[in-house]
Amino acid sequence: MEYFLELFFSGLTRGSIYALIALGYTMVYGIIGLINFAHGEIYMIGAFTALIAASLLTIWGVNQIAVLVLSGLAAMVWAAAYGFTVEKIAYRPLRHAPRLSPLISAIGMSIFLQNYVLLSQTPDFVPFPALIPDFPWLEPYRSIIGSSDLIILVSTAVVMVLLTMLIKYTRIGKAMRATAQDKQMALLLGIDVNRVVSLTFVLGSALAAIGGVLIASHIGQINFAIGFLAGIKAFTAAVLGGIGSVPGAVLGSLLLGWTESFATGYISSDYEDVFAFALLVLVLIFRPAGLLGRRHNQKV
Amino acid sequence: MARNYRFLRVVVLLTAIFCGGAAMVEAAGPPIRLGVAGAHSGDLASYGLPSLNAARLVVKDINAKGGVMGRQIEILAEDDVCKPEIATNTATKLISEKADIVMGHICSGATKAAIGIYNDARMIVISPSATNPELTQSGKYPNFFRTIAADDAQAMQEVDFAVKVLKLKKLAVIHDKGDYGKGLAEFAKAFVEKSEGAELVLYEGVTPGAVDYSAIVQKIKRSGAEGVIFGGYHPEASKIVSQMRKKGMKTVFISDDGVKDETFIKVAGQYAEGVYASGPKDTSKNPLTKAAIEAHKKEYGSEPGAFFLNAYAATLAALNAIDKAGSTDFDQMAKALRRESVDTPLGMVCFDERGDAIGVGFAMYVVKDGVYQEVL
Repeated sequence: MEYFLELFFSGLTRGSIYALIALGYTMVYGIIGLINFAHGEIYMIGAFTALIAASLLTIWGVNQIAVLVLSGLAAMVWAAAYGFTVEKIAYRPLRHAPRLSPLISAIGMSIFLQNYVLLSQTPDFVPFPALIPDFPWLEPYRSIIGSSDLIILVSTAVVMVLLTMLIKYTRIGKAMRATAQDKQMALLLGIDVNRVVSLTFVLGSALAAIGGVLIASHIGQINFAIGFLAGIKAFTAAVLGGIGSVPGAVLGSLLLGWTESFATGYISSDYEDVFAFALLVLVLIFRPAGLLGRRHNQKV
Repeated sequence: MARNYRFLRVVVLLTAIFCGGAAMVEAAGPPIRLGVAGAHSGDLASYGLPSLNAARLVVKDINAKGGVMGRQIEILAEDDVCKPEIATNTATKLISEKADIVMGHICSGATKAAIGIYNDARMIVISPSATNPELTQSGKYPNFFRTIAADDAQAMQEVDFAVKVLKLKKLAVIHDKGDYGKGLAEFAKAFVEKSEGAELVLYEGVTPGAVDYSAIVQKIKRSGAEGVIFGGYHPEASKIVSQMRKKGMKTVFISDDGVKDETFIKVAGQYAEGVYASGPKDTSKNPLTKAAIEAHKKEYGSEPGAFFLNAYAATLAALNAIDKAGSTDFDQMAKALRRESVDTPLGMVCFDERGDAIGVGFAMYVVKDGVYQEVL
C-alpha cells in the first residue's frame, strides 16, 4: 500500500508538471485552433530568465521566498513578451493561410528559439538553484512527497481554477469564448480579436514560465533542449484530455503521469512511454476529441 | 599530492612483484622486424597514423641506444585501412615478410579478422586500440595482447568495486537506454550475475530527459538495493541522485565516465558528495608521457593523435619482451610479456593470462568536497 501511495504521488507530481505546460497549449488551441509547438521553448526561456534573475537577486542578498516570487515574476513577464512577439511575427501574418502553414511556422519558431538559447547561453546543462525551500513539517513524509512536489501540485490546482474562472466569469473571458466560437462574428460585434489572441499568448506564456521556474527548481538543472520533451509530453496530455479544454488538460496530464508512474513501478520503466502512448491511442479511438473535448466549436 | 605519489609507488611495487625479475641476454644479428599494422590511409587514418608515429619514435630512440640484443630494429608498416577484408591480406603479408612481432591492428573489426591468421603462424600481436572484449575473453588467441582497456573493462571495474571493495550484496543496474549507457549496463548486469555474493535486484532503463524520476527512485528503494550502478550521462544521473537523496535514501551510487564530469558536481551540488564514478586513469603527470608528447611535437610539429600513448606503450612492451626473452621465439616472448613489466607512458605495463594489460584503463573516483578524487 505504501508503495502504491508513493507511485501515486510520483505520478501526481509528474502529471502536475505536464499540466502546467499543457494548460498553455490547450488555451492557445482553444482560441485560434493552432498547436503552438514553440510553447515548450517558452517554458525553457522562462526557466532561463528565472535562473538569471535568481542569481542576481541572490547576489543582492534577497531572502529565499522573495527570490522565488521575484524571479518567477521576472520569468512570467519575459516569457509573456516572447509569447506576444512570437505570435505577432510568426502566427498573425498566417492567420488566414491554410492550417498547415502556421503549424510549420510554429515548428520553425521552436527550432529557432532552441538554437537561439543554445548560441546565446550555453549548450551545457546549468545548475538551477532550489528556489523552493524545504518545509520542515513535511520531513516525515519526504519519502512520499517533497516540498517541491507539493508546491507544483498546489500551483497547478490554483492556476487551473483561476484560468477556468477567468474564462467563465470575466469580460475578457467572454471575449475569448466569443473569439473561439467565431472570429468573424466576434469582430463584427466589436471584439478586438487581435487583442484577445495576443492576450491568450501572453497568458499561456506566463503559465509556461511558472511551469519553467517550478519544474527547473524541482529537477535542479536546465539546458536549451528541456522544452522539447516536456512540450511533447504536455501536448500529448492536452490531446488526451481534449485539446481546447482547460480541465481536460489537467485531467489528461494527471492520467499520463499516473500511467507512466505505475508502468514504471509495477512493470518496467523501459516501457513507460509505450504505456503512455498506448493509453493515448486507446482514448482517441473511443473518444476522438479527447476525454473532455467537444467535437465542434465551443473550444474553451 | 603526497597521497598520489604514495599510490603510484604502491602500484609500481605491486606490478614489479606481479611481473617478476629480469634476465639479460645479448646477441648481435640481423635487424629485428617490428610489424606495424593499422589504418595508415583512408577515412580512419587519423586513428592509425599516430600509432605509426609512436612506433617510429620508440624505434628511433631504442636504435640510438644500440637496439635490442645488439640488433637494430626495422619497421614494416602495413596499411589495413581498418577494413577486415584487407586486414587478412595485411596479416599474410607481414607473416611472409617474417616480422618478429606485430604492433597493431587499430580497429577491432580488422583485428578480429586478422588475429586468427597470426595465431596460426604463431606471431604475437599487440594492439594499442582494439577494445572488443572477445579478443581476450574468448581465450582463443594466446598471441593477442593489448594496451587499452576492453569495452567492458569499465563495467567490470564498477562491479568489482561495488562487490569487492564496498562489499554490497544487492545491486540495481539502471541505464538511459542509449548505446553507451545500455551497452555498459548490459556488461555490468552480466558481471553482477556472475559475481560471488552479490545479487542483481533490478535492471531497468529510464527515459532520458524526463521531468521527474521519482517513480524509478521509489522502485529502487523497494528493490532493497544497497547500490545503484548507472550507465549513462550526467543529466539523468544528477536527477536520479538528487531525488534519491531528497527522499532520504543513502543508496550508494556508482556510475561511469559519462558522469565523471565537472558538470555533474556543479548540477547535483551537495547531493553529488559520495558518488562514485569510474574514469580513465590520469597519465598526464607521468614524465614518460610528457617526454613522448614532446618528442612527437619535435619530430612531427603537432600534438599526437588518438591512441598515441597506447601505441607508444605497446611498442615499448613488444621490444622489451624481445629483450627480456632474449629471442624472438613465440613462447619465450609471450612468457616475457606476461611476466616482465615495462615502464611506459601508461605506467608500469605487463599483461594478464588473457592478454589484457594489468592496471591500464580505468580507476574509480569519488566526489569529495566538490571534486572528483581517485579512490585509493
